[in-house]
Amino acid sequence: MAGESAKAVDVAGAMITGPVPAVDWLIVAPVLIPLVFGALLLMFRHEMRWHGIVALIGLAALVGADAALLSRVLEHGPLSMTMGSWLPPFGISFTADALGATFALTAGIVAFVCAIFALRDIDVSGRRYGFYPFLMLMMTGVSGAFLTGDIFNLYVWFEVFVISSFGLLVLGSERAQIDGATKYAILNLVGTTLFLIATAYLYGTFGTLNMADIARKAQTISEAAPLMTLATLYLLAFGMKAAAFPVNFWLPASYHTPRIVAAALFGGLLTKIGIYALLRTLVMLFPVERAILADLIGWVAVATMILGVLGALAQSDTRRVFGFLVISGVGVMMAGLALGTETGLSGTIFYAAHSMLIMTALYLLAGVMKEMGGSFSLHELSGLYRASPLLTGIALLLALAIAGLPPASGLWPKVLLVKAAVDANAWWLAGAILLTGFLTTIAMGRIFLFAFWRDAPAKGVAKVFDPATAARPVVGQGVLVVLTVPIVLLGVFPEPVIRVANMAAAGLLHSSAYINAVFPAGGG
Amino acid sequence: MELVLAISIATLAGSGVWLLLRPRTYQVIVGLSLISYAVNLFIFSMGRLRHDAAPVLSGQTGNLADYADPVPQALVLTAIVIGFATTALFLVVLLASRGLTGTDHVDGREPE
Repeated sequence: MAGESAKAVDVAGAMITGPVPAVDWLIVAPVLIPLVFGALLLMFRHEMRWHGIVALIGLAALVGADAALLSRVLEHGPLSMTMGSWLPPFGISFTADALGATFALTAGIVAFVCAIFALRDIDVSGRRYGFYPFLMLMMTGVSGAFLTGDIFNLYVWFEVFVISSFGLLVLGSERAQIDGATKYAILNLVGTTLFLIATAYLYGTFGTLNMADIARKAQTISEAAPLMTLATLYLLAFGMKAAAFPVNFWLPASYHTPRIVAAALFGGLLTKIGIYALLRTLVMLFPVERAILADLIGWVAVATMILGVLGALAQSDTRRVFGFLVISGVGVMMAGLALGTETGLSGTIFYAAHSMLIMTALYLLAGVMKEMGGSFSLHELSGLYRASPLLTGIALLLALAIAGLPPASGLWPKVLLVKAAVDANAWWLAGAILLTGFLTTIAMGRIFLFAFWRDAPAKGVAKVFDPATAARPVVGQGVLVVLTVPIVLLGVFPEPVIRVANMAAAGLLHSSAYINAVFPAGGG
Repeated sequence: MELVLAISIATLAGSGVWLLLRPRTYQVIVGLSLISYAVNLFIFSMGRLRHDAAPVLSGQTGNLADYADPVPQALVLTAIVIGFATTALFLVVLLASRGLTGTDHVDGREPE
């Protein structure tokens, strides 16, 4: 082909010509590792004995990669890698900053702990339905969503984890699960459709999908651009994913139906991805529009946290109580988004990391309580204190953590959020956060009182449990201890996490470091 | 051309939303499909409408005036594939729901 060379185009302006440095692969490792392990598990789906151990190895590698990535990001600032050797914004970028790396690491830890719990909890039929491949593919989507630097790519990762979560949700194909999955699926599909409309509109406005490029151009784009429409659409779409009032009815309808490990993963991880996407779009891409929407977000936050915790007070199934506490926590996180100050955002980020750990721990606690006490219902549970003082101690610490009381991890993010609210003269927001904490204490106190302290269930309810012969799930309690340790450590030594959260919040508010990581020479 | 496309998107989206609010699962899934068609057309139109224009220019004679934006076309392709997959998955869930509950109402039971 002699003619080719004559037509050859100089690609140096559009492509990376040199090889990619080996350390850059770390940025995509948290996506590649679970993807490869998920594919392996699919190929060997009939070798069910090996599923658990292979998944554990994969998730341990994932946690290792996440930790290495976070430490590198903390040392060097945001890191970026662009696919297919194209220079951004033509190639799809992966950009890891302190926010994404922190969330990815916490999510990895939660998934690892859940996989240990699943070793005993997921029986052969659950493995035959593909629990472990679904878990690995969901983690691919979750890590991808936290680390991608491209807004359409974010949509793709959303779909990856939503489709995998359908699989986990209907594991076992019971009637209640299918019913929950129907609602979950319809409302999630509507949410993703809104996300897609907003993204198309954004492309029509900016002509780019790279988030660093959008953040850069949003400062200089003409006044006529419909940025307000875009910000509102993203608020609605991600508010739906995060289960913010009034678009949160899919969560109480579905989260109590799956296997308890799947519920723990969902409660821990999925709503936080919505919060992450809200932070990324509203704070980093559209800061001016976020400030205009701040009052609306504030009232949505108050309604979400108060109605969430009131729902928790009204329920008698432990899984439903925790489902409503997930919603209440989303409200608390949105309070920081409404404030938009560095302290407020740092409180939101810290609270999100805390919430991933604590919600997973609470759902697993519900699972262990079911195994020992024979029921999820507060009418039937009783006498667990006599059966296991260890479990009681864990439950007390977890109750303190979710309510935001010392010595556990819930205290400090709430301190940051209340301080930010008072600084901004938003007394109503500070009051709502404190009231939510108080009502959460009552909701957890009810569980404690009924399930742990009283000796026998209420009159007229058959006793399903005898403390003397109760099962003592060693793995379940061990996993809960493992989860409780970081929760208490975060409460006692919060400084390192607050420092990371401050860094992540500053990175969102001053996106120049993020932009520089994607466009080193300021070109593109 | 803009007007025709805008009216078709509006018709598709409006019918889709109406069907989405209906109580039968079949109506809901057709509604979701119609909305996703509307969204796909909308994404496509965000690359600006032009005819007789190529998305990939070749050789030295390429002129930006005859250029159709290829990115929305790639986005639409991705969205179609993902939408197809989720619809198929959702159909399976709804068929299972129909089999387990004996009704195609979205609540899993007939209203009294």
